Amino acid sequence: MNSRQLPPYLWTIALLLAVFIFNAAFSPGFFTIEWRDGRLFGSLVDIVNRAVPVLLLSLGMTLVIATKGVDLSVGAVMAICGAVAACLIAHPQGSLLKDFQVESLAGIIAAALLVAVVCGLFNGLLVAKIKVQPIVATLLLMVTGRGIAQLLTNGQIVVFEHPEFQALGSGSWFGLPSPIWIFMLSFVLIGLLVHGTAFGKLAAATGSNETAARYAGVKVDSIKVWVYVICAVCAGIAGLIGAADIKAADSNNAGLYLELDAILAVAVGGTAMAGGKFTLVGSVIGAILMQALTTTILTRGVGAETTSILKAVVVVAVCLLQSPAFRESYRRILGLGRAQA
Amino acid sequence: MILEAIGLRMGFTGVKALDGVNFHLRRGEIHALMGENGAGKSTLIKCLTGVYQPDSGQLLLAGEPYRPSSPQHATELGISTVYQEINLAPNLSVAENICLGREPRGPFGIRWKEVRQRAKAALARLQIELDVNAPLGSISVAHQQLVAIARALDVSCQALILDEPTSSLDRNEVDQLFEVLRRLKSEGMGILFVTHFLDQVYAISDRITVLRNGRLVGEFVTSELPKLDLVSHMIGRSASELEAPLAPRSLSAGSTFMSVEKMSGSRSTQDVSFEVSPGEVVGLAGLLGSGRTETLRMIYGIDPIQSGSIQFGNRRRSKLNLQTAIKEGLGLCPEDRKSEGILPDLSVRENLMLVVQNRRGWWRRLSRKEQQETVSNFINRLQIATPDADRPIQFLSGGNQQKVLLARWLAANPKLLLLDEPTRGIDVGAKFEISNLIESLRQGGMSFLFVSSELEEVFRSSNKVLVLRDRRMVGELTGDEIDQNRIMGMIAGNPE
Repeated sequence: MNSRQLPPYLWTIALLLAVFIFNAAFSPGFFTIEWRDGRLFGSLVDIVNRAVPVLLLSLGMTLVIATKGVDLSVGAVMAICGAVAACLIAHPQGSLLKDFQVESLAGIIAAALLVAVVCGLFNGLLVAKIKVQPIVATLLLMVTGRGIAQLLTNGQIVVFEHPEFQALGSGSWFGLPSPIWIFMLSFVLIGLLVHGTAFGKLAAATGSNETAARYAGVKVDSIKVWVYVICAVCAGIAGLIGAADIKAADSNNAGLYLELDAILAVAVGGTAMAGGKFTLVGSVIGAILMQALTTTILTRGVGAETTSILKAVVVVAVCLLQSPAFRESYRRILGLGRAQA
Repeated sequence: MILEAIGLRMGFTGVKALDGVNFHLRRGEIHALMGENGAGKSTLIKCLTGVYQPDSGQLLLAGEPYRPSSPQHATELGISTVYQEINLAPNLSVAENICLGREPRGPFGIRWKEVRQRAKAALARLQIELDVNAPLGSISVAHQQLVAIARALDVSCQALILDEPTSSLDRNEVDQLFEVLRRLKSEGMGILFVTHFLDQVYAISDRITVLRNGRLVGEFVTSELPKLDLVSHMIGRSASELEAPLAPRSLSAGSTFMSVEKMSGSRSTQDVSFEVSPGEVVGLAGLLGSGRTETLRMIYGIDPIQSGSIQFGNRRRSKLNLQTAIKEGLGLCPEDRKSEGILPDLSVRENLMLVVQNRRGWWRRLSRKEQQETVSNFINRLQIATPDADRPIQFLSGGNQQKVLLARWLAANPKLLLLDEPTRGIDVGAKFEISNLIESLRQGGMSFLFVSSELEEVFRSSNKVLVLRDRRMVGELTGDEIDQNRIMGMIAGNPE
């Protein structure tokens, strides 16, 4: 007998399919994907493309939540990294970074991601070494991060021109939008780190029972620092894509509230918020579900103001369906007998 | 008779926590409940106070059957409990704490004047004077304990249950508490008192009930029960007296792996000195609370060493952290497997391979095949009952979890393994299996520090025995000195 359980995100997939079918019923061309001007066009491609920032955030967030933490600062880190890139390209008046001469694409990306690493170290050291509660520690950077971004840009929206950099947000490579490629590359790299090495297991061990992991010799502190750094780098990449897409760095609005979407995506995907059990694939499906809902509501002509309400309903539904207690009670109501323990 | 339990049975998955226990608490007596880890003391108290519902058996309150459905219900019936950790709110005042949850109310909310009066009256009954407006957190722990008792007595209370009330008190504070208890006793109250300090039992109790492994050993009149007999009742030895020791008593003098010199910690064991050689099992004997666990925690680098040192090879250390201890080849199977041992969400396989994997480094993942080999080997050797290795460990019974934790370290082959109650809560066959495993690993050169509440296990497996009493090392026995009567005498504090 094998007790490997069904993946926890089955219900998420089911809901995602339901949303797709709902769309297809109203707009017959929903599933159509066309090849035009050397790239793919279609609603599905569009949904995934728009989901990329949240997808990237949810990858890092999954690891943080696996260690029983949470990172509220990812939206602010997006803003900071977008601001760094924009300032290095445009050299706006009064910017703190106006004297730095970085011209190459690689240099700009490296500089922005280095800043992301610093942000991640700040969060990670606060949580692991100073033992601040994750929600409080990352709230610090969530609040101050946008201020830092504004300091960098001297409070303006920095508009820039840099065709190579813009291609990160709006270009397409081999027929697919470039953000999707960037996400897939990140997903593979993080997947290799987590499942190709023992990092994922040790992170899950830390989240499941920190004391037990420490007594077994696991260096829980450095694992925690690492997951916050990885999470911040994911946010940095998302911030670069966001800035490249709109050719500007808007410190007030870049990545605003996306930390919440990312946490929702992780929760909906079946990762236990109490740590210990996590699934990257589930988070990916969760993030796509969130974006599919948003797109559906907008294309159906329902006001944007209802988006958040509908999202909330879906999140509650998925969480209920995943809850063993709830499943037990509806099995009883439907007279299906006891679930196997 | 005020409180009685007859034929009480209570089981958790696979373990009989109480197996037909009888208990009688009379009016106007102080009754001590004694037993080692896993004896069933706290389960019995929890059944009496409605935290657990016993599987079978009868509970009588003043001769009438009763079944408390919750601790609240038990309090209403007149059974008040004061727990070891003070469950009060340190930021509220003494008066608020005493009346918490049952404040007298008027049309304008809580009648604070009456709250203070009631609190004063409750404290006056214990003849203690305290500022009832002071925040609870600002007064001494002993006074907090007395406030907790005053709160318990604020309702009409016939039976008072005190679960290790003295563990955080100093001598004077204990005297003060005992004075209060004697006064309550003279008022006709029945007091059930749990402690692991033998001297206190003899100072205050009238009767003693001893439990062992969920069974009633007996009820005794304190003045008629010599200390040594009490210890032997608690630890139990009759069944295994004939069993020959597994470990040879004298080892040929060899090298020393670790030597501990006059090691003391603040709020921990004092003055511990001993040596461990490769292939030696050192048993730590002593009652619960005598400093066994604390000694292991210091050696493993969890609690700081205040004075003294530990030497590995020629490296002398007066400070030790956990990572260094592990690098020196130490491992620890902690006593509290739920909070310090298992990773509940992870599978048996992942739990078992944790130390091996961690030692290899996170970037060199063990292949599934390598893991499977080790895991199935240990599942067979320790007879771990699990449908398969991928089941989350939280669904295993306690004994099987314990075996997985033991296997976690054995698979990593440490030089010195610290075992804190490795056989607690597991069945007799598996206990024997574990003893044999320890002996065969010992012959292979692994050393052990072995803590067990069951003296016979210490006796059977050890080459050397350290005896602890009241957080102090009181002796080291080697060779033919290892004798159960002698160890028990030392634990009880009898002059030899």
